[in-house]
Amino acid sequence: MLCLSHMKDQKGEYMIETASLPIQGQEHTGNFVVALAGNPNVGKSTVFNRLTGLNQHTGNWPGKTVIKAEGTFSHRNQRYTLVDLPGTYSLHASSSDEQVARDFICFSRPDITAVVCDATCLERNLNLVLQILEITDQVVLCVNLLDEAERKKIHVDTAMLAHQLGIPVVGTAARSGRGLSKLKDVLHDMVIGKIATTPRQVVYDQELETSINEIEKRLTPYLPNWINSRWVTLRALEGDFNILEYIACNRPGNCPQQILPEEVALCLQ
Amino acid sequence: MSTIKNQEVPILREIEPLLPDDIANIKDRIVSSIYQQAEDISARVVKTENSYQASLEARLDGILTSRWLGFPIMLLLLTVVLWITITGANYPSQLLASGLFWIEGHLLHLFSTLGAPAWLTGILIQGMYRSLAWVVSVMLPPMAIFFPLFTLLEDLGYLPRVAFNMDNLFRRAGAHGKQCLTMCMGFGCNAAGVTSCRIIDSPRERLIAILTNTFSICNGRFPTLIALATIFMGTLIARAYSSILATLVVVAIIMTGILTTLLVSYFLSRTLLRGVPSFFVLELPPFRKPQLGQILIRSLLDRTLFVLWRAIVIAAPAGALTWILANSFVADTSVFALIAGWLDPLGQLMGMDGIILIAFLLGLPANEIILPILIMGYLSVGTMLELDSINALRLLLLDNGWTWITALCVMLFSLLHFPCGTTLYTIFKETHSARWTIVAALLPLALGILVTSMVNQGAQLIMR
Amino acid sequence: MTKIVISDPLSLLNIPVGGSARVKTILTIGANRRRLLDLGLIPGSQVEVIRRSPAGNPTAYLIKGTVIALRNEDARQILVEEADYVMSFTHEGSERRIYD
Ligand SMILES: Nc1nc2c(ncn2[C@@H]2O[C@H](COP(=O)(O)OP(=O)(O)OP(=O)(O)O)[C@@H](O)[C@H]2O)c(=O)[nH]1
Ligand SMILES: [Mg+2]
Repeated sequence: MLCLSHMKDQKGEYMIETASLPIQGQEHTGNFVVALAGNPNVGKSTVFNRLTGLNQHTGNWPGKTVIKAEGTFSHRNQRYTLVDLPGTYSLHASSSDEQVARDFICFSRPDITAVVCDATCLERNLNLVLQILEITDQVVLCVNLLDEAERKKIHVDTAMLAHQLGIPVVGTAARSGRGLSKLKDVLHDMVIGKIATTPRQVVYDQELETSINEIEKRLTPYLPNWINSRWVTLRALEGDFNILEYIACNRPGNCPQQILPEEVALCLQ
Repeated sequence: MSTIKNQEVPILREIEPLLPDDIANIKDRIVSSIYQQAEDISARVVKTENSYQASLEARLDGILTSRWLGFPIMLLLLTVVLWITITGANYPSQLLASGLFWIEGHLLHLFSTLGAPAWLTGILIQGMYRSLAWVVSVMLPPMAIFFPLFTLLEDLGYLPRVAFNMDNLFRRAGAHGKQCLTMCMGFGCNAAGVTSCRIIDSPRERLIAILTNTFSICNGRFPTLIALATIFMGTLIARAYSSILATLVVVAIIMTGILTTLLVSYFLSRTLLRGVPSFFVLELPPFRKPQLGQILIRSLLDRTLFVLWRAIVIAAPAGALTWILANSFVADTSVFALIAGWLDPLGQLMGMDGIILIAFLLGLPANEIILPILIMGYLSVGTMLELDSINALRLLLLDNGWTWITALCVMLFSLLHFPCGTTLYTIFKETHSARWTIVAALLPLALGILVTSMVNQGAQLIMR
Repeated sequence: MTKIVISDPLSLLNIPVGGSARVKTILTIGANRRRLLDLGLIPGSQVEVIRRSPAGNPTAYLIKGTVIALRNEDARQILVEEADYVMSFTHEGSERRIYD
């Protein structure tokens, strides 16, 4: 296990802070790491509590969880480490709680990313789902708050959604525990390889796709093989060069040690 | 910043010529494409006949954030929650006190039968046990009532509405609207409140929120306020109205705290942390029906017992320390009385006395233990030896020259003084700066000294 | 019944409570622009003005099925297209929207 976690400060510089994070890709002697990602206030911590039996604070407002929490559970003789993340609307985080989520999803390489979303406003939630699918294909979607959706007469066709996205989709109502055993089954099937995902890739306009292909070709040799080169290319196209610098200097022995947040430097000027 | 300069990174040199010029436009195109597909998918999988405007939510929001009712409802809810807490805590507090002090009597008896030395009995019973007993009986009941009520409002979805209502005030103070949410978290615990400031993107506004979080009365301080308000303000008028007056006093102190938050934020954003208000988006989630059973269990187990345990862990050694200070003598006076003597002039200026100031200083690790230390301090220098009920507490304080002015100044100083040790440590961790941590400690302290002195002088003038 | 005809340029702030409009251009730049886009405020999306806070600022909008509050100075940066709506004032004086 490599011990690195990643922080990005306000200017968009990536910084590294020591903390223990599991890294995928090595042979699994221990737990499978499942990250709980999603928009704020969709019930991630509620799912986390239900699965792990722990008591993360929950509350009906966006921003309740600001630091990640870990817990474990077992299902069918397999142990999992579940990571509850702060909510985020997208992977272009600007506040430090969202950065925690973004960095975990993008750089800590959990074995599976479980994206929790709100059945009552699926479209906005899908924005994040599609972004996450650009980074990793080990994704399961948990359409939560089904009870609330039913009350509001909103119907979500989960089978169709799974078909559209190319990943498993489980409908849940985490507060009452509905659907969570199904979620555990799906996680199990994913780690044993019974479920293979074929995530839908966002297709951009013609001109953009051409640049993407061209740049991706040039970039790939520089990138470690765990990172999705198309995703990195997109970030480069958006002008987020920090990620490239970050990856370029994130080799053993070449890590920036700086942990002074920019806010202090800014305020003390 | 230890990031590598662009030209040193070969990867960048290689792709630079391939990049388009209008990066801003590309960002838009990327998001638009993603959203287009999200829209496309959701059109296929979601069927709805829902409309926000017709919902119950819209109507409830219409009342809770309405122009005329928004603020009165907030004030009313605050008052009702505190009133329930104060009236509900009154009887259990007395019961706990008499129970725990009944046990103390038996413990003392046991120790003397066993022939334990006086110093041991002193440290263990009069020091540790007694401060524990006070912490438990003063803190447990109000917290056990306040936490569930607060969680109820939180789970209902009321907090973002408060932020929505109050944002204009924060905007004018040059602060972020979500500071209101961090302030609400501070009512539970300031350390948690400081951590929750991470939801604020702008570093400047986040720092303002961190520095002013201590002006939210945390649960370590609530019980002290409630006890003092009940003891002093409650007796000013007929018994039937006493809990209402006590409630109003506590509400007034909380409002003073909110006002201070706004004024200090205003001051900071025009001096040390100059800048214009940044961007603010706040989602107002749907109202959700709270799960009552769950709330009761969780707030009792996770919050009340947790906070109580923390208080106990700190109160026991602090009690022992106070007893030792009160019973080690230099010449004829105890060390405690000596220090109290030094601090007395400052205390008198602020409408209090030296012993009260010692209690605040020793209460640095956790504000919960201020009252027990105060009690032990008075017991050690005074004539009264036993103190076994809330009423006896009142007599003790009166014996030591307390008036309603003293009580008021203590309440104000408990609002305006350095944050507790845990909060200061959290501030240090969040800002990575010793300087801001010192500012966070000294700013409220200076305000406290100023305000209590002024209130004291003013009140003395009026009373004359 | 009053028919309100609004001419360009129009920002989100100009839309009265109860009205709705289609986003045309977002003038906000940088990280804040991104934030708006991520919430679903992209050119072409429909926004409904729900209510103003007691002091008149911020204002709550219905965007992609969720209620989002924005400060008025930020809403001013969001230019919108005239949406087809008719304002009618009912006898209580409250505004109600009727789709054509
Ligand atoms: N009715 C219903 N309510 C739910 C369900 N899941 C969660 N909730 C409620 O939704 C609110 C938010 O839940 P959290 O678990 O705190 O959400 P979160 O995603 O962790 O939120 P952040 O930490 O702020 O990102 C809480 O009040 C929960 O009780 C559900 O399935 N049905
Ligand atoms: Mg959470």
